[in-house]
Amino acid sequence: MAQQAERLRRTMMFVPGNNPAMVKDAGIYGADSIMFDLEDAVSMSEKDAARYLVYEALQTVDYGDAELVVRINGLDTPYYETDIKIMVKAGVDVIRLPKVESADMMLQLEALIADAEKEFGHEVGSTNIMAAIESAEGVLNAYEIAKSSKRMIGIALSAEDYTTDMKTHRYADGQELLFARNMILHAARAAGIAAFDTVFTNMDDEEGFYRETKLIHQLGFDGKSLVNPRQIEMVNKVYQPTKQEIENAQNVVAAIAQAHAKGSGVISMNGQMVDRPVVLRAERVMRLAKAAHLVDEEGNNIEE
Amino acid sequence: MEINKTAIAGTLESSDVQIMISKGTSGIQFEVESDVEKQFGDQIRQTVTDVLRQYDVKNADVKIVDKGALDMVIKARTIAAVQRALDIVDQPKWEVL
Amino acid sequence: MKNSVNRELPDTLMSDLNYKPFKTTNFGNPEIQRVAPKVHATANESKVVSSLAEVVKQTVQDGMTISFHHHFREGDYVFNKVMRIIIDAGYQNLTLAPSSLTNVMNDIVVEAIEKGVVTNITSSGMRGSLGDAVSHGALQNPVIFRSHGNRARAIESGEIKIDVAFLGVPNADEMGNANGMDGETAFGSLGYALMDAQYADKVVLITDNLKQYPNTPASIKQTQVDYVVKIDAVGNADKIGSGATRFTKDPKELKIAKTVNQVITHSDYFKNGFSFQTGSGGAALAVTRFLRQSMIDNQIKASFALGGITKPTIDLLEEGLVDRVMDVQDFDKGAASSMHLNKQQQEIDASWYADPANKGAMVDKLDVVILSALEIDTKFNVNVMSGSDGVIRGAIGGHQDAAKAKLTIISAPLVRGRIATVVPDVTTVVTPGDSIDVLVTEVGIAINPKRQDLIDALSHIPGVPVYTIEQMQQMAEKIVGKPKALEFTDRTVAMIEYRDGSLIDVVKEVKD
Repeated sequence: MAQQAERLRRTMMFVPGNNPAMVKDAGIYGADSIMFDLEDAVSMSEKDAARYLVYEALQTVDYGDAELVVRINGLDTPYYETDIKIMVKAGVDVIRLPKVESADMMLQLEALIADAEKEFGHEVGSTNIMAAIESAEGVLNAYEIAKSSKRMIGIALSAEDYTTDMKTHRYADGQELLFARNMILHAARAAGIAAFDTVFTNMDDEEGFYRETKLIHQLGFDGKSLVNPRQIEMVNKVYQPTKQEIENAQNVVAAIAQAHAKGSGVISMNGQMVDRPVVLRAERVMRLAKAAHLVDEEGNNIEE
Repeated sequence: MEINKTAIAGTLESSDVQIMISKGTSGIQFEVESDVEKQFGDQIRQTVTDVLRQYDVKNADVKIVDKGALDMVIKARTIAAVQRALDIVDQPKWEVL
Repeated sequence: MKNSVNRELPDTLMSDLNYKPFKTTNFGNPEIQRVAPKVHATANESKVVSSLAEVVKQTVQDGMTISFHHHFREGDYVFNKVMRIIIDAGYQNLTLAPSSLTNVMNDIVVEAIEKGVVTNITSSGMRGSLGDAVSHGALQNPVIFRSHGNRARAIESGEIKIDVAFLGVPNADEMGNANGMDGETAFGSLGYALMDAQYADKVVLITDNLKQYPNTPASIKQTQVDYVVKIDAVGNADKIGSGATRFTKDPKELKIAKTVNQVITHSDYFKNGFSFQTGSGGAALAVTRFLRQSMIDNQIKASFALGGITKPTIDLLEEGLVDRVMDVQDFDKGAASSMHLNKQQQEIDASWYADPANKGAMVDKLDVVILSALEIDTKFNVNVMSGSDGVIRGAIGGHQDAAKAKLTIISAPLVRGRIATVVPDVTTVVTPGDSIDVLVTEVGIAINPKRQDLIDALSHIPGVPVYTIEQMQQMAEKIVGKPKALEFTDRTVAMIEYRDGSLIDVVKEVKD
C-alpha cells in the first residue's frame, strides 16, 4: 500500500485498443499511466481483435515506467469475462472496470481475476484494479467501492454517463460535477487510493482544459484521464510545484536527514517540530518536482 | 483444423495489416501486398505461418494487405482472423497467446 | 574505388565523367575560373514572340541542354507546355537541367525519356513515377543529382552549360524585366531561376501577365533575356504553395519539434544575433512556433532566417524577432506575398545562398539549421534521396549546403511504419556525417561524438535523454525487426555529387 501511494498518477492517457498506430506509440509521451481501452473505443465487432492487439503490445512494446491499465468491457456485457482472462494473462498492471455502482461489482471482478491468476500461474493479488464511477448510485457508493478490495489503486469519475444520469450535461464551470468530484475524492482519500478526474474532450479549448485541470488540482485529485497525448504536458504544468514549494520541501527533507543523522525521531525545523502531514506533503512535492525535471534524482535544483 | 469459412481481421489504416483467411487445398498460399515487401515480406509470411501452425491449420489461402504493421500487430491480426475463421471467437486458444 | 564515406564508386564511370571521389566537407580556398554566356545583342523595341512553338523552333537543337526552375512547384504549367512542344517536334538527345523536378513534371519526363528526347538529367531530385522509372534503368545515362548550392557552382564553372532556359514568371514586360512576387501566380523569390537567367546562352521568359514597361522591381533584367512569350496561364495558384499554414497536430511530430527547440535553446548559439534555417513541413513549422516563444521568453532576437521561407518565419520578421529574411524560395502564399511589402525580406539567388565556390555564401554564416532525413546511419550520414526500397524519391535541395551550419540538427522519427530511420548504413549517402551534429527523435537525442562541446551543452536538458547513435539504431531495430538487404544490379542510374562537385555516392538500378 505504501508503495502504491508513492506512485505519481497525474496523467492517465486513453489509447483506443484496436488502433495499432496509437497502441505502438503510446509510450513516448511520458504519461504516468497508459489506459488501453477495450470498451467504448472499440466497436462490438472488433472486441476480439482489440484484445489480441493489446495483448501482443503488452508482450512486446517497451512502455518505459508507465503504469499499464486496461479498461475492460462492463459486467453486463458478453466480453467481460474473456477480457479479464486475456488481460490477466498479459500481465497488465491494472484492470479498470467501467460503470461501477457497488462494492460487489469489484468483488466479483476480484474473484475472476484471482481465478485467472491461478490458471495462468501468476501470483494471486498481482493484478491491481480500479473503478470508474459513472452514475448517481456509483457516486453515492463511492466509499464502499474505494474500500472494496486490497487490489484497489484508484477510482475515477467518468462524467459523460454521470451527467446524463443526472439529467444534465457538462458545463464550462463544472458546477454539475462538484458533488461527484468531492464524493469520489473523499472516498479515495478515506480508502488511501488515488482519485482520477474525468476526460476533457475539446482539444481546441486549451483555456477550458487549464481551467478544469487547475480546479481538480486545487481540490486534491491525483490526476486526470486524458484523450490526447498533447494534454499530458498541460496537466504536468498545472501539477508542477512552485519554486517556493520546492524550497520548503527541500528544507523539510534536509531536516528529516538531520534528525536521522542524530538518531532522533523528532524532526525539527527552525526550532519548531515538523508534523507528519508536513513531511508527507514535502515528499509529494519532491516527487512532483523530480517528475517535472525541476530537481534531479537527489532532490537538488537543476541549474537553468 | 480445417478452415471452412472466410474471415478478415485488421484494417487498412497506417501501421495496421488486414488479414483474410479462407479455405485452401494446397498448403498455405499467400497473396501479399506491402510497401515493405522487399525488406519484410518473408518475415510477414513467417509470422502468419507460425500462428496458423499453432492452430494446426495446414491448408489455407491467406491474403495480406500490409500498411507497415509491426510484427506484433501481424500476429494479433492473424490470431483474430483464425479464431473467426474457425468460429471460435469466444474461446481464445490460450497456448497461442 | 571507395571515397571517404566508405562508398564503393564505379571506376569506369568516374573516369569517363571526370569525377573525383568525395574527400572532405572542407572546400578550402581554390581559385576558380567562371564561364560567361554567349550574348546575342539586340536593340529591338520588343522581345515578345507570338508562340511557344515559335520560340522553341528558334532556340532548341538536338543535343542541347535546356533548363527550367521549380518555383511553381506542384502548380507548374510551363514545364509541361514547353516539353510537350519539344517532344512533338521530335528533338533528340537533350539534357534536362532544371533546378528540381516536381511531381507534375513526372509523366512528361518519363515520356521524353522513352522517346529518346531526353537522354541526360541533372536535378536536385525527383519522385514518383519518374524516380521509379530512373531507378529501374529507364534513362540511358546516369542522372546527376546536385544540391542547390552545387547547381549554382556547376553553372558558374561551366559543368552545366545551359543552352536555353525556359523560365516561367508571374509577370514580365516586353523587354524581359520580371519578378516572382507580383501577379496571380506569384511565388515570391526567384532564387533558383536567377542562376539560369544569368548564365544561359538563351533566356526565354514565359508569362501570363504582360506588364507596362519598365516592370519593377526587376529580379530578372532585360539585359539577360532573349525572348518573352505570353501564354494563357503559367501555373495554378492554389498548388504553388500550401495555402494557409497549418501547424501539425500530430503528437509525435510536436514532441520532436519541442525537443529540437530545446536543443537549440540549450546550445551556445542561442543568443542575440543568431541565425537559423528551418525549412518546410509540419514539424519545421512547429519548431518555428516553439522557437518564437523561446525568443520572446529569453528576449533574444535573430539576425537572419535563411533558405526556403514560410509564413511563420515572416511572422517573426514582422514581430521584430528576426531582423532579416534571406529568401531563396517561398513555401507558402503568406511568405510569397509579403516579399514586396517587407524590405527586410531579401531575395537571394542560389549562389549567394549556398554556393561553396564563392566569395562567401550565406550558409557559411548560418548558426542553426534543422533538416530532415529519410535515413541516418551510425556514422551520422544522411539519406534524403532513396527510399528504404532503394527507389529514388527525394531531393538534395539545400541539405548538403545548409549542413555547413554551426549546429546542424536532423529531426526525424526513430521509425516510420515498419521502416527504421536510424540504420547501420544509409541506402544512399547524400550529406556526410561529418557535417551533422545532433539527431532529434521522439525518444531523445544523439550527438555526434566529434562535438564534445555539444555533448557538454546538451547532455542535461530536463526530460531529453541522450543516447549514442548506435543505441538509437538498436532501439529502432528492436521495434521493426531486421530488414532483408536490398538487391541492386551493377548498373549505376544516378550519381550523387557533394556540393564541391566530388562524388559522394551512386544509386544503382533496383532489382525486382
